[in-house]
Parts: sequence; structure tokens; C-alpha cells
Amino acid sequence: MTSPHESRVRDICRQHGSDPVRLLDIARAVQSEFRGISQQSIDTIAAEVGVPRVTVEACVSFYSFLSVERQGEITIRLCDDVPDRLAGYETVRDAFVHALGVPLGGTTADGRFTLERTACIGLSDQAPAALVNEVPVTGLSSDRAREIVESLSRHGDPRQLVRKLGDGNNAHPLIQSMVRNNLQYPGAILFSPYNRGEAIRKAVAMSPAEVIRAVKTARLRGRGGAGFPTGMKWEFAREVEASPKYVICNADEGEPGTFKDRVLLTERADRVIAGMTIAAYAIGAAEGVLYLRGEYAYLLPFLESRLERRREDGLLGSGIAGKHGFDFDIRIQMGAGAYVCGEESALISSLEGDRGDPRDRPPFPTTSGFRASPTVVNNVETLCCVTRILEEGPATFCEYGTPQSAGTKLLSISGDCRLPGIYEVPFGLPLREVLELAGGESAAAVQVGGPSGRLVGTSEFDRRICFDDLATGGALVVFGPDRDLLSIVSAYTEFFIEEGCGHCTPCRAGMPAMHDLLERVRAGRGEHADLDRLRELGETIRRTSRCGLGQTAPNPILSSLEGLASEYEARTHEAEAGMRQSFDLDAALQPARAVPGRAPAHL
Amino acid sequence: MPRPRIATASLAGCFGCHMSLLDLDEGILELAELVEFDRSPIDDYKEFQGRCTVGLVEGGCANEENVATIREFRRCCDVLVSVGDCATMGGIPAMRNLVPLDECLQEAYVDGPTVHNPGGLPPGDAEIPRMLDRVYALHEVVHIDWHLPGCPPSPEAFQAALTALLSGEPAALPPGLIRYD
Amino acid sequence: MSESFTFYIDGVPVEAAPGMTILDAAQAAGIWIPRLCWHEELEPFGGCRVCTVKMNGRSCAACTQPAEPESVVENDSVALREWRKALVELLFAEGNHFCMACEKSGSCELQALAYRLGIAAPRFEHRWQAREVDASHADVLIDRNRCILCARCVRASRDLDGKNVFGFTGRGPERRVAVNSDARLRDTDLDVSDRAVDICPVGAIIRKGVGFTVPIGARRYDGAPIGSDVESANDELESANEHTEGGAAATVRQEE
Repeated sequence: MTSPHESRVRDICRQHGSDPVRLLDIARAVQSEFRGISQQSIDTIAAEVGVPRVTVEACVSFYSFLSVERQGEITIRLCDDVPDRLAGYETVRDAFVHALGVPLGGTTADGRFTLERTACIGLSDQAPAALVNEVPVTGLSSDRAREIVESLSRHGDPRQLVRKLGDGNNAHPLIQSMVRNNLQYPGAILFSPYNRGEAIRKAVAMSPAEVIRAVKTARLRGRGGAGFPTGMKWEFAREVEASPKYVICNADEGEPGTFKDRVLLTERADRVIAGMTIAAYAIGAAEGVLYLRGEYAYLLPFLESRLERRREDGLLGSGIAGKHGFDFDIRIQMGAGAYVCGEESALISSLEGDRGDPRDRPPFPTTSGFRASPTVVNNVETLCCVTRILEEGPATFCEYGTPQSAGTKLLSISGDCRLPGIYEVPFGLPLREVLELAGGESAAAVQVGGPSGRLVGTSEFDRRICFDDLATGGALVVFGPDRDLLSIVSAYTEFFIEEGCGHCTPCRAGMPAMHDLLERVRAGRGEHADLDRLRELGETIRRTSRCGLGQTAPNPILSSLEGLASEYEARTHEAEAGMRQSFDLDAALQPARAVPGRAPAHL
Repeated sequence: MPRPRIATASLAGCFGCHMSLLDLDEGILELAELVEFDRSPIDDYKEFQGRCTVGLVEGGCANEENVATIREFRRCCDVLVSVGDCATMGGIPAMRNLVPLDECLQEAYVDGPTVHNPGGLPPGDAEIPRMLDRVYALHEVVHIDWHLPGCPPSPEAFQAALTALLSGEPAALPPGLIRYD
Repeated sequence: MSESFTFYIDGVPVEAAPGMTILDAAQAAGIWIPRLCWHEELEPFGGCRVCTVKMNGRSCAACTQPAEPESVVENDSVALREWRKALVELLFAEGNHFCMACEKSGSCELQALAYRLGIAAPRFEHRWQAREVDASHADVLIDRNRCILCARCVRASRDLDGKNVFGFTGRGPERRVAVNSDARLRDTDLDVSDRAVDICPVGAIIRKGVGFTVPIGARRYDGAPIGSDVESANDELESANEHTEGGAAATVRQEE
């Protein structure tokens, strides 16, 4: 006997062609409809898709937006990133906990609500923020939290929580979101007016090799953070004699404090899609995938409509822009809450329906990526730059920036500053000037490039934003003079522990060990030697981890040990000769004191 | 010249490491020629008689009395050696670290299938040292100079370590003597 | 197929065919690179990272990194030995390893590697997190407390046994070996004769009824240290390695 529930799960599988590569989509759909993927559903999916059950379980257990336990009809995912904490996350959390009567991670007895915390959802400039199912709610306060619960209890419709629409396309009928762009400083390149189809038409008038040469001449480097030359990446993929090839847009911006791609996808979606199309032309790909982070699901209908409009305009599909034989189309793959999927090889694992575990390199994706075919993965901002280079020519692009870092960089600025939001600045601008633009002059420290970047103290404010100095994917979180910087370092370290895939020892086992040592120091129970232990262990993790996440996970601690050493030294103490400062007898006896029947000690 | 003094103790351990030390057989006589035993279950001195060159401690810290003892050893010994797996990593007693203390006591003194305890409470006399939240390795409580792992360390390991230490050398022993069982 | 080429491990010229990993080439040349997750019959996994070497100054896992012509590989150096020690110590701190009560003691690769690296006591705080034990199967037991997540069972079941009995669930420190049923090992098609059983390098997957039958002294690593089988393939290298190993294999380690 098959229950109606399970036959519906089977239908969902069939709607996705029962294709194991679509496992993540299937899981998302089941989660969304049934609020969880039960053990029985796991069996059904495994049987229908034809993979071992443990493969489905592996996938479901990997993504934080998927769960075996049934969640409430409405899941409130409260963003617990550092900018949210600076803006009052804790009082908002307490208000939700109180109003719903469940702790974080809990589901109300009536099955209506689940309350969870989540990592950065890309709304750091309007923190504290949350996702209610897929609907973003921003600028939360404890009053607003109570209102939200009260209002949802009445109508159960998260969309009705949106009272005032945001600016620009946030008010588009297919978005209808309260999110604001906060485009504080639009620059000349990325947010310039866009003329749909212009870049593609110019591209197809050139040979693919000429397109690659133009991108190389513009000295374009990847905007996700690592800065690999885009033209070279394309050339590698082009040179491999294999078919098919794929172009993937990495719209999984998960680096805490980053929200630039959210604004590009909202305001310049066409420029992103055009960039993918140009990349496809350059490398000879017929299929593209835009991997959209699960947190941005509210943008999905809008992005689909943009793809559709381009198909109608002959800018996607077959014979693009009148070029006979240039066929290319794009589908959107939704993520499901996993930071590590922003790493390109993990993103490919995820695209194939697997856990988002990174892969070994070599082989590099340009040789063997999605479905073992040559694959180019580019960041949203990089693809916008590509379009712009084709529109205006490489020379105009290179008028901005420095010799090593041509063009502009989008910065997502949040935290203790007067004007949080998006800034498009030419590469080479000193950090100090960036802070002046954003009204963050009184900063004591800035987290540049998110937790995987560097915690920069005032002594480094004259450093410049560019690949050869302060390289960054663009997240800047500003901390005023009254902030407890080590608590921020701790929060970022916890983030990496939660988001690691667990594949390799140094990151999986080493990061918790670093966190223990840090907490010991923060509690005033660290010895000076603990700081050396942190440095040594951090170096080991940095050098032996398998992927970029692990290699950068010690950065919050290592960079603050360099730039903010006094914060640490002020808290270390040396115990009485030979004793360990870290051992706290009083705390160790606490559970024994609570045991019933204990006579008072006279020791 | 006064002979170097050695102190030994067993904390949360099973005395197996002391047995292994005695397993030096006739070597124990040579050792007794070379050193003076201070506080130790071997000679039954309960208090330190003087400052010691070497302290050998087996067992980890499971209760407040263990903590007091290891701290006193640290104060009274020039070189402190953590002897055996219980001392170096907690060993068998540390298996309780996987279970909260109240549950351990409940199982041992109230709920266990062979327990007869009409009072229904764990023993609570003030004379019984209070247990720590978990068992700690010695180096978590005081600084330890050398570790001699093994369950127990072999007599050869004792011999090699003591020979080195008594001649003032690092207790670096020939390969093959590290054992965790 | 193109010609084989030469590269250098700690100054010793080593032959490799194109595509061969550093570890495989070293193995064939009688040079031991410490490792845990690697197994000669399995696809490399690159998980334990104990085989980390430096190729032309950059660190990489020898089990997954293809050797490159004329490249200079550093294997046995102070810096690498320290990293490897830290990784092995982290594995001990992460799991719940009670060697004195483990059936695998004496034949355990994790333990043997710790011996050879000269680890006398753990440097890192233990996590003391209880993990699930599954004794439901008639002939085989899984004790996840001892699991080092090397994926040998996962790979062996999939690639050698053709079964997919094992997989991974969870992520980060919560990653665990899972079995291909909704709860218990007995509900899978695992057979005691599967390669996935005996291939476990530690005592996480063990056959029931045979524990402690091999006397102390006759167990796998009671005689010669781990890696010596690889090294004895090349007498000359063996003596060179023994010479350099002496300082590292100190039995006790000073607390830093």
C-alpha cells in the first residue's frame, strides 16, 4: 500500500525526470510541500530515482534548509550573523522565542511554526533580518517580532508581512519584497544603464578567441575573492576538446556580510545572464546553470521571467543574436543553505544532486567539472563585468582601478556605519576612504572579505582594496570602538565549524580545537602559550585543509592575532608556577554540588 | 651526595602502573640503590618528606582530592611524569566523560540492576571527595614534564625513562616503547 | 601513453608514469608517506590529510596530487612531521579512542601511526561526545566512537563489494558514517565477508567473535612499525630512513 503522501513524493520525483542529478531539486520540493523529508520519503525517493537510500540521506542531512523532522507550516529562519548581533539579534530572538513558546530549533505543538537560526542571508545592511519561509523580513525589533508572530497566527501568509515595498525592482510584481537595495555609491561600470542585447551582439560579431582576448585585455579577475584571471579560465575550458561544456554562474554568495550579488541580481539580472551567454560563446557551451543560493529564493520568479524574456528576444535559445549555430540556454538551480557550495567544486557536487562536498583538484573544473565535462564557474559580479567589457571595450574598463586590479569592485558594507549598503569603488581605494564614504570613520576594526578574509585594525586602514593588497570578495563589516572584537572572532569561527563539510581532518577536527582555545582565552583562562598553540594549529589547518573553506577558516583568529594582539594578550594570565590556568576547579565541581543528598563539604 | 628522591602516587587509576614498575623485577633493587623513595604507596609515606627530583603519577583527576594531590606533587617535584593512559588521557575512568555526572551516579547508586539502595540517593557523606564534572588528564590540571603512555607502560619503558631522568637527560627512549595498551 | 618521468622526493629521484599520484609513485619506489584514508585498492579520498607533502613548496595531499616531471617533493621534514602529528592528535581528540579496551589495538593504523610519529599524549582537548554504536548485525559491529571518517568502508562497499552499504550524513563535526537502511546495520545487505568490513583502519567496524584472539606480540604492528613494509621494499632507503627517524621516535614528549 502506498500512502497518498508517498505517491505524491513519487510524482515529484517524476516531475524531475527521476534524475539523480536533480536530487537536490526533488528534496527541496518534498521539503516545501511536506515541511520535511521523512524516512519513508527518503525510501521512496531512493527507489524512484534509483540511488541507494544512504545517498538520499547524505544529501538531506547536508543542507540546512532540508530536514528529516517535520517542520512547521511556517519556518522562521532568524539570521544570526555578526551584523545582526550588532543590531540587536538577541532581543529579537528572545521575542520570537517568547511569542512562539519554543526555543531555537523548536516547532510549536500545533505544527504551525518552526523557529531556527541561520547563517548570513545576504541582508546585513538591513539587519536584524529573517526569512519567513522564503520571504525576507528586515530591520527587525522585538516589537516587530511579536507583530509578525501575531499576524502570521491570524493569516498564515508570510507574503502579507510585507507592508512597504523596497526600491527598484524589489517592488517588481514578481518580487514584491520589502528588501531595499541601499545602493549608496553606484559606480560607472556595474550599475551603468543597460541596453539589452548590445553586449551579445558585439560578442557574436567577434570570434570566440577574440572575445577571450578582450576579456584578457581588460585584465578581468574573478570577483568572488580568489581573483583568478577570467580570460585564462575561459581559455582552459575552450582548449579542452570535449562536448558538452557548461557555464555556471555562482550566485551562492554566502560569505557572511556579502550581499552585492543580491543587488546585481535584482537590478542588473540581464547583465548577469548576458555575461553567461558571452562565456558560453567563448568556450563553446550550450548549457548554463545559474546556481542561486536558497536564501534568495524570493528572486526566483523574477529571474525566470528575465530568462524567458531573453528567449523571446532571441538572446537565449538557438541562433542567439542571429548567430547561426550559437545555441545556449540557462536553467536555475536552487541551493538549500550551505556556505561551502560557494566553493566552485562543491557547487558542482551540489549541482549534480550530491552533498556539497568540495572535490580534489586537479582535475580543475575547466577540464572536468559538471558531469565530468569542461565547466567554467564565474561569480555574478565577474559576469556583469564581462558584459560591460563587451559593451564598452576593454580600454574603458581599464580606466578604473590599478595595473594589477582593473575595474571596480562592489563592496557590501554593514555594521557600525551610518550608510550601510552597496558601494562600487575603483580598485586601489584605501580602506580609510571607503570608511569615510560609508560613515564609518570611527571604526576600531573592519572585517574585510568576510570571515574568510581579514580582521583589520586601525593600523592597517591605509591599505588599499585590490588584489595585491587587501583582496576581498567585497564584504566589509565595520566595528565601532565599543565592540568586543574577540566575541566577533568567536562568532566567525563558529560559523566555519558549522559550515564545513567534514570531509577532511584539519577543518573538521581542528577548528573546534581552535575554538576551544579561543574560548579559554576569552574566559580569562588562557595562558600566553595558548596564543602560540592557536598560531601553530591555525597554520596547520591553513596548509593541510582540502579546500578554500578549510584553508581560510583559521583566518578570523590568525588575522586578529596579528593585527589585534593586545586584545588577546590583555586576557591571558599565568597561573601559579606549574599550575594550569585553564583548569577551573570551581566550575568542575558544579555538577557534583547539584547532586541531591550531598552533605556540605568541610574541605 | 644525597640520593635523588622519587615520589609516586595513583589517582584515578588501577595501580597497574605501579605493578608494572614493580615488574622491573631485580631492577627494582638497583633502582632502590640509586634513589630514595619519598611519598609513595611503595613505602606507605602519606606526606612528602622533602623536595623530590622526580614525581611519577598514574591515574587522572576524577575528584577534588585527586586535584589537591597532583597540585601538591607539582609543588614538590622538580620533574613531574604523567604515567600511563589514565594520567595522559583519562583512560578507562574517562569513559564516564561521555555521560553527564548526575546520570553516572544515578546509574551506579540508584538505578543499576544490582543496586540495593533503599535511600535512593548517591552516597553524600562530606568525607567523600566530590567528583569532578569529568575525568581530566593530568596535564589539563598542572604542567607535566614528560608523558609515559601505556596501559600500563612496560617495565622497560619505566627503566628507560628513569635512567634518563636520573642522569639529568631528556627522557627520550628508544623507538618501540610508546604503547597505548 | 606518454613516457614516464622523474621527480624528487627528499632529494631521491623517483620514476612516475603520467597521471600517477605522488603517493603511488613513492610507494612503488619504497618511500613511505604517512597516510590513513588511502588504500591501495581504493580510489583516493584525500580526507585524513596525513599524507600532506610539499610539492615545489606548496602543500598538497600526496594521495590525490599527480606527480609532475622534475618537481621537488618534501616528505620527511620537521615541518611536515609536526603537521602530521597535529592531524593524528586531532583525530584522537575528536573521537573516543580507548586503546586499552579496543579489539583493534596492536593492529590499528591510527594507533600505529601515532606510535611512529612519537605521540605520547594528546595536545588538544578531547571533545567527549558520545557517538552511536550499532551492534544489530549478527556478525559485524560499528562503533562510531572510533571512526575517523576515512571513507574506506564507503568506497570499499561501493567499489569492491558493489553494495553501497555505507555513506556519510551530516556535515562538519557532525559528519557520521551512516548505513543504507533507515536505522540499523542488520537491515542492510552487509555480509561479514565484505571487503568493507576488514578494510577499516581502526576499530570502528569490527567482526564479532574474534576480538582479542591474536596474542599481544603477534598483532599487526607489534613487530615492525607502520610503513616499514613499504620501506623494506628498498633496503637502501630503509637504512636511510631509520637513520633520520631516530630523533622523531622519542617515546615521551615534553609538554610544550
